[in-house]
Amino acid sequence: MTLERLLDAACAVRPATGCDDVDGVPARVVARPTSAQETSALLRTCSAQGLAVVVRGHGSKLEWGRPPERVDVVLETGAMAQLVEHSRGDLVATAGAGMPLSRLRHLLSGARHELVVDDLAVGRGTEAAGSTLGGAVATNLSGPRRLRAGPLRDLVIGVRLVLADGTVAKAGGKVVKNVAGYDLGKLVTGSLGTLAVITEVTVRLHPEPPQVRQVLARVPHERLAPVLAHLVASQLAPHTLEVHAEPGGHALVSVGLGGGPGSTQRRADLLALELAAPGLAGDAVAVVDPEHTTPEEVRHVVPDAGRPWSTAQEVALRPTLLAVTARLSGIPELVQVANDHGLTVSGSAGVGVLRATLPEPTPVATVLETVTSVRAVTTGLGGSTVVLDAPPTVKSALDPAGTWGPVPGLELMRRVKAQFDPGRTLAPGRFVGGL
Amino acid sequence: MTQTDAQTGIRALLQDLRGVLPDHVLVTDPAERETYACDGLAAYRVRPALVVLVESADHVAQVVRSCARHHVPFVARGSGTGLSGGALPHADGVLVVTSRLRTLHEVRPQDQRAVVDPGVVNLAVSRAANPQGYYFAPDPSSQQICSVGGNVAENSGGAHCLKYGFTAGHVLSLEVVTPDGEQVTLGTEAPDPPGYDLLGAFVGSEGTLGVATRATLRLTRLPEDVRTCLAGFASTDEAGAATSAIIAAGIVPAAMEIMDALAIEAAEAAVSCGYPEGAGAVLVVELDGPALEVEGELEQVRRICREQRAVEFRTATDAAERAEIWRGRKSAFAAVGRISPDYIVQDGVVPRTALPEVLREMGRISADRGVRVANVFHAGDGNLHPLVLFDADEEGATGRAEEVSGMILDLCIAHGGSITGEHGVGADKARYMPRMFGPADLDTMQLLRCAFDPDGLANPGKIYPTPRMCGERPRVVHAADEPGVDGAEVF
Ligand SMILES: Cc1cc2nc3c(=O)[nH]c(=O)nc-3n(C[C@H](O)[C@H](O)[C@H](O)COP(=O)(O)OP(=O)(O)OC[C@H]3O[C@@H](n4cnc5c(N)ncnc54)[C@H](O)[C@@H]3O)c2cc1C
Repeated sequence: MTLERLLDAACAVRPATGCDDVDGVPARVVARPTSAQETSALLRTCSAQGLAVVVRGHGSKLEWGRPPERVDVVLETGAMAQLVEHSRGDLVATAGAGMPLSRLRHLLSGARHELVVDDLAVGRGTEAAGSTLGGAVATNLSGPRRLRAGPLRDLVIGVRLVLADGTVAKAGGKVVKNVAGYDLGKLVTGSLGTLAVITEVTVRLHPEPPQVRQVLARVPHERLAPVLAHLVASQLAPHTLEVHAEPGGHALVSVGLGGGPGSTQRRADLLALELAAPGLAGDAVAVVDPEHTTPEEVRHVVPDAGRPWSTAQEVALRPTLLAVTARLSGIPELVQVANDHGLTVSGSAGVGVLRATLPEPTPVATVLETVTSVRAVTTGLGGSTVVLDAPPTVKSALDPAGTWGPVPGLELMRRVKAQFDPGRTLAPGRFVGGL
Repeated sequence: MTQTDAQTGIRALLQDLRGVLPDHVLVTDPAERETYACDGLAAYRVRPALVVLVESADHVAQVVRSCARHHVPFVARGSGTGLSGGALPHADGVLVVTSRLRTLHEVRPQDQRAVVDPGVVNLAVSRAANPQGYYFAPDPSSQQICSVGGNVAENSGGAHCLKYGFTAGHVLSLEVVTPDGEQVTLGTEAPDPPGYDLLGAFVGSEGTLGVATRATLRLTRLPEDVRTCLAGFASTDEAGAATSAIIAAGIVPAAMEIMDALAIEAAEAAVSCGYPEGAGAVLVVELDGPALEVEGELEQVRRICREQRAVEFRTATDAAERAEIWRGRKSAFAAVGRISPDYIVQDGVVPRTALPEVLREMGRISADRGVRVANVFHAGDGNLHPLVLFDADEEGATGRAEEVSGMILDLCIAHGGSITGEHGVGADKARYMPRMFGPADLDTMQLLRCAFDPDGLANPGKIYPTPRMCGERPRVVHAADEPGVDGAEVF
């Protein structure tokens, strides 16, 4: 019996094409379950047959982590994309894992609610529509506004999971405050589909702020430390605090504020005034309305601003992409070291999580050396360096330890994987320690 | 395990420990052990076989390793203020008490971090950080005595977690002793450590995955401005409607608390807090943040409360008045003790929008059964704290109160809520877990436990009513491990 025939009793299945490769590993079939039940039936067969399954949302971050050892089935979540519930008065929503974040944003905007997560992967993937909700959770998608609302892990309040053996289980619920049972939502957040298939997610929402403003400043490297220290300690409650720095240039700092109409503008003006002090950013400071100001207008005041500095476009070129973290006071040093190694960095200086990219082509040996030196620095600064993605030549030169660096608790993680997916059905080899 | 097995286990363990731990940390005297028989939920009492007042992480590791070797269960205890019997000892086990681990290692405002031992009292962290402009946001009402280790284990909340979130969002890394006695670090000082989020899973695991021996905490910047106001309403319906309207207006207050008539009466009798006379409910709203924002939000809250027919609205103008408003709310639990000899505190959660209906149904149950229920609750997140009043000396009263309490939890579940918002499942609510979760859900959660604790020695009998067999290593289920409460005497 062909694989297709074997699996189509469970759900819709089609033969895979080259487009369905997972990080260079060819898949055999693509399955598209429409429910947790179908997912369960599919996985039961897969684990009984020893087939390897990789879950795919829009595929925008399918290369994150290490290439799987083998791929028999790509499990697409696209047919589980419905909005199950948007409880307006409770600021909570439940949706299928395949729900595109962009569509979710649209559906919630009528109530002026939002899931505060920034999609960093717009423009890549099968449907060119950014991340799906399930994919965002599985990759622990992290962006600027986590300074305001916390990382995605803190916004996930309930999950429905299907284990490799077909068990359908839920954890959490649909109330924000809930400590009944283990928080499996946190466990699967960032697990890259290696513990269970997430079929449905309940998230906490926030009201959209009536007004948003951005304060942009160009900061010479030697002043980055005092500027960030000033902003980190600010009582003006910024929603975002970002830094962007390219080798050889100045650092750009952007502060986002959101709140009441009028008061937000006044806070932004206040902050700009503070930043304009000599010894901080000086005169290259601008207050902009991100919805209405054009890049040209911004560049007029802050010469380097408005260049494409979304990770999204950089991801599209598939450079070496690192997640680098450090304690807050270590961010200026990390930025400096990254730039010295030819890395462009951007990310949340207010949280301590940055992304760094190395342009393509860079010789493999240089990439590896860079990863090693940056990792030594982040470890010293209380953080870590993870190679999220890289060109195939680099990836094949890295082992799991080179990809993830030191992983505190790795032995326990092995035991967790062995409990949840003993047959290594789900994305074998993709995660830390080659799990 | 038979009685003699258990005794042999403890004896062998004591022999191990006598050589390596100082004598004064081992509490063997029965009367002294008896003082640890219960936590904040005094209805359940079990005298532990041995108490160890650990003085270092190494002590913890030695005790736990020895427990693993001799197959003796252990239970961690912080300050013992838990309200779900989480720190209820095991009759044949060791109670590991962390209250001597009180070192506050570092406060680093520039990194927004504090590093503390597990026995450090919650409020001590904020006290140490306040002079530098920071505080530790999770603020359980017990914060003057409860420990950070207990907060971590329970994922504790507090009035202000409406805006600032629970303990889970404020812990960056933990050093833990796993049930096999290994010392492991989960997480890094920066967020997003590589690998599975075991830290996130450990927080809230109620001592069933190991013992936390050190925590790196996130500190939060003190807000520029804090405004507290109080509105009196004719009934909880209107107070609830005002709560919903405030949320619908896009405001996220730092805290939103409601007390009903009975709770007001109790608080008034205890601390004469001067709440509006004859009010059927009071709503306390606290707003914090940049002064420029808070001012506008306060105006909106005032307008909304008027629209919802508040009979009175007052705003604290200084810290003393703010404390005055909070005094009634904070004294509520203790105050209820003055109008009733005994009470059960429940901790169910309902979607905020279901509050009015649930409160009405609760009123009906209360009237129907002739059991008084006072309500004090975190209205902003739908976390109820019904206080079910009874007199244990009265024939059948305890049973009636427990029945009402169970009916309230069923009500919460029926409305899509939870049996516990912040106090934990512990020994007390394990039997309600199957009403909220199916067998597959509970089994799946326990896979995590199997990974950490295949032999089921860490705080057995808590959270899950039936232990799961762990893979290749089927284990004998001890009678005493079954629901923890069954082994306990219930008063
Ligand atoms: C008057 C009063 C008001 C309260 N108000 C609130 C409130 O507003 N919000 C709220 O959330 N709670 C509240 N509580 C409940 C309680 O104070 C919290 O759950 C608190 O976090 C428990 O801390 P503790 O140190 O007393 O822990 P304990 O009661 O000693 O232990 C609680 C649990 O934690 C485990 N544990 C303790 N230390 C460790 C450790 N180091 N490692 C692993 N596990 C450990 C224990 O095994 C047990 O399961 C209140 C309690 C009282 C008495």
